[in-house]
Amino acid sequence: MGKSIIKVNQLHKSYQMGTNSLHVLKGIDMDIREGEMVSIMGSSGSGKSTLLNIIGILDNYDKGEYYLNDILIQKMNEKKAAQFRNKYIGFIFQSFNLISFKNAIENVALPLYYQGVPRKKRNQMALEYLDRLGLKDWAEHTPAELSGGQKQRIAIARALISKPKVILADEPTGALDTQTSYEVMDILKEVNKSGITVIIVTHEHDISEMTHRVIRLTDGLIGSNIKNGIHQPTITITNN
Amino acid sequence: MIDSIQEILSTLKKNKTRAIMTGFSIAWGIFMLILLLGSGKGLQNGMENNFRSTSKNALWIWSRRTQVAYDGIKAGRYIKFTDDDMKAISDKYKEDIDNFSGRFFLRGDAAITYNNEYGDYFVEGVLPEFNKIQMFKQISGRYINDPDINKFRKVIVISLPVVKNLFKKENPIGKYLKINGIPFKVIGTIEDYEDKERKRVYIPLSTAKRVFNGGNRLSEMAIATNALSVEENKRIEESVVKTLSDRHHISPDDKQAIGIFNTLEHFKQAQGVFAGIRIFVWVIGIMTIIAGIVGVSNIMIILVKERTKEIGIRKAIGASPWSIIRLILSESTFITIFAGFFGLVCGMALLAGASAFIQHIASQNPEIERSFYNPSADFDVAFTALIVLVFAGIIAGYIPSQKAAAIKPIEALHDE
Repeated sequence: MGKSIIKVNQLHKSYQMGTNSLHVLKGIDMDIREGEMVSIMGSSGSGKSTLLNIIGILDNYDKGEYYLNDILIQKMNEKKAAQFRNKYIGFIFQSFNLISFKNAIENVALPLYYQGVPRKKRNQMALEYLDRLGLKDWAEHTPAELSGGQKQRIAIARALISKPKVILADEPTGALDTQTSYEVMDILKEVNKSGITVIIVTHEHDISEMTHRVIRLTDGLIGSNIKNGIHQPTITITNN
Repeated sequence: MIDSIQEILSTLKKNKTRAIMTGFSIAWGIFMLILLLGSGKGLQNGMENNFRSTSKNALWIWSRRTQVAYDGIKAGRYIKFTDDDMKAISDKYKEDIDNFSGRFFLRGDAAITYNNEYGDYFVEGVLPEFNKIQMFKQISGRYINDPDINKFRKVIVISLPVVKNLFKKENPIGKYLKINGIPFKVIGTIEDYEDKERKRVYIPLSTAKRVFNGGNRLSEMAIATNALSVEENKRIEESVVKTLSDRHHISPDDKQAIGIFNTLEHFKQAQGVFAGIRIFVWVIGIMTIIAGIVGVSNIMIILVKERTKEIGIRKAIGASPWSIIRLILSESTFITIFAGFFGLVCGMALLAGASAFIQHIASQNPEIERSFYNPSADFDVAFTALIVLVFAGIIAGYIPSQKAAAIKPIEALHDE
């Protein structure tokens, strides 16, 4: 098994709602290894989105420890958080979150723009990734002209282009029909095989069954942590 | 750099109408500012045209009757300047005076004839230096010089309207005309800067006094001081009046006996008025631009609100707060500068057109030149306006950009 990529110890998080404090995460322990494909499940309000936000450095935690690639992620300024996100994490969302007035290439190339990659080079790279996802012919189209599956594939290309260590997918198939969902999952499996850790938040069992491990959250705690018999975690040493 | 512009253009293209409407308020502000400044400049140029023909620090001195009894002499005595006054003053104020000329007027208008042509003109005897106090445009020939004075030459300098009346189309240089029957040789023709129609006739001061029985009398005196400030010129003015008063036994309280016109004082007063107008114009202009800034700012805030999700996405995939601030700031700056530049160019073009039109009218009616002339905004003004614009853009974008930078990606991403 690879080294630990995401390690969470006794993680606590509460939200202040007026005078009430809502304790969402009540001491989560989690260890996700490099090259794993993990799904996080749980009913709404179980804290799975909050956990994903903390892992994605979109939110802070109150107590505990969170190591990303062996680096302790603490309260940091937004600039640093943005750099970490850009370097280590690729996001995939249920509602795709593509920028509507930019075409496919521009959307995919955007993370590289924030890395300061020159325009020509990043567009060329974006085209390569689009090609890998079978969308080369749609490179000049805006999201409005594409189907849901195509949009999610563009989002995946955007998540991959900065060569992240971890892909965080928040209900990636939530807005897609079964057929397309399976196609997207196939792509994510491919991505995982290339050595990138994939974490999927979902409430669909057929989706979670395709992952190596299912972590179930109940009321802010880990309810169960079950290895799927179907897949043995493949260990691939990444080259980056 | 190109990337940022591409970013800006792609968002602006998406919101064309809004971008144009936003830009318009700024363009209009700058347009009005340039127009107002240009008009102010036009008024000022018109005013300065009134001073064009006289040295800016000239003192014009004339004499009248005394009003106050003094030193045992009763009031009502007529003061007469003499050559001795001229000498006393030019000696005493050697340090303060650049040019000095006594003036001798022939009583009433003199009859001047050339062959069969005839006209009555006001004839004045002056020194060569007079041309540096009362300035003329030399059209042909020369002005009075020192040998003319020393040798009591009977020479004459006349303005173009006189030439037209007496000589018609003939070249007057070298011709003789007669003043009260005495022949004078025309040595030069001049034009008055201020009033092209003014009929002026000048002869050497020495000749005038000798030929027309002036003795040592002077009608008036003109001085160009080397004063740089109104205060200094005023000091010289007061001192000169005091000297003359002492020489002629005039009471220090007599404000009537010696008349003096301080050009610099009047020039500075007029300039002060225009400086005031200019400040006023800037204030109005800036206020107009502020209205524009508020408009841009307002629209940018709405824009940021509409783009909450987009900004959230950008942040999630690695945009730093600063890059978001830059995105919004550069957009507002781009709109303001682009629109402002448009307004600037339109304003300048209109001024250039107006200037040409006024010049055209002025060639027929010189009166215009003296009230409104060459309304223009020079490059200094344009440059200042440009700097104002950049600041305007940054100010307009500041609040919206802060709002944008404060957007939390988690909240933005759930904003449907």
